[in-house]
Amino acid sequence: MSKVLHKFTRKVPKWRPRVEPVKLDDATPEQLDALQVTPSNTKVSEYVLTLAHDVESLKVRSPLFNAIMYDKGGMSRTERELGAIAASMVNRCVYCAAVHADRHAKLSNSTEVTDKLLARGFHAELSPRDAAIFNFARKLSESPPQANADDVEALQKVGLKDDEILDLILSTSLFGWANRLMHVLGDPMQPDEDV
Amino acid sequence: MSIFETSTLVLSGISAESSVGEATSTRSNIFEMTQLAESAVLRPLDYGMFPHDVRAALACRIAARAGESRLAEYYAVSMGDKFNLAESIMIEGEPESTLIPFVDKAAHATRDIVAEDISKLKAVGVSDADIVRLCELIAFVSYQVRVTLGLRLMNGGA
Repeated sequence: MSKVLHKFTRKVPKWRPRVEPVKLDDATPEQLDALQVTPSNTKVSEYVLTLAHDVESLKVRSPLFNAIMYDKGGMSRTERELGAIAASMVNRCVYCAAVHADRHAKLSNSTEVTDKLLARGFHAELSPRDAAIFNFARKLSESPPQANADDVEALQKVGLKDDEILDLILSTSLFGWANRLMHVLGDPMQPDEDV
Repeated sequence: MSIFETSTLVLSGISAESSVGEATSTRSNIFEMTQLAESAVLRPLDYGMFPHDVRAALACRIAARAGESRLAEYYAVSMGDKFNLAESIMIEGEPESTLIPFVDKAAHATRDIVAEDISKLKAVGVSDADIVRLCELIAFVSYQVRVTLGLRLMNGGA
């Protein structure tokens, strides 16, 4: 029997929905289209099947997510992940924080930054550039948002250009969206083998 | 539609000629998709238990409580006679008396949401599909609030 995780981790948990996901066999043609289900691709996560209840939103959100996190140019993918992690920590989305801490570690070939974040949370001592990025993303994620002109100036002082700051705003804000789905609609579960 | 006519850039006060405008032009696909997402979430064809005026009122409420007054005013225009949903602290009668505290908590105290919050919605008759629709609305407006503020800060605003 799995149990709900409350602590941040880099080991990606399972996700258990709090509502009944759409059943693939009962899905409408519109839902199958948004889920991109084809005869050769029938594997769809519980999370995506849950979001398929609102097919119009799902259809536009998936490409938007990919563009914000993966499009070329601007801020590095590693630093965009830092924005995602900050938002997920503010909103205590253990699942999103784990997925993106894991991605950050893989993209940077190092667990140093995420080890510090997992150990000390918002008190982690990061490099000046990472600290400015994380601080801005943390404050933008609060509600009401606390980011101000000084925080943008701090980003500029450590060398971020406009295109990088824009990508940070977008990746952080996107996780304000993702966390409000993932954390609200389900629970992060410890994998069975760890119990 | 130019990206400088999308609601997010208009409400941030970003023009094509500004340096921030140049940066946003390199991500024009993202601002186009953000506008499509706004239509899908605020004005969907399949709106379930949340008609467009109710969605606009809830969006207005979320934006106002996040301190984004221009975004709140933008959504207020489309909320018709549903201003009670946008402004009231306490609303009597179900399902609104359960829905409104949920909207406030999911939007502004996301970290405190627990399984019981979803159970309460189900107990007052909100279907699984409508719970997902409501969360998408809350989540999208929360995204738009932060993009709008971030761009305004980049542009030298407060």
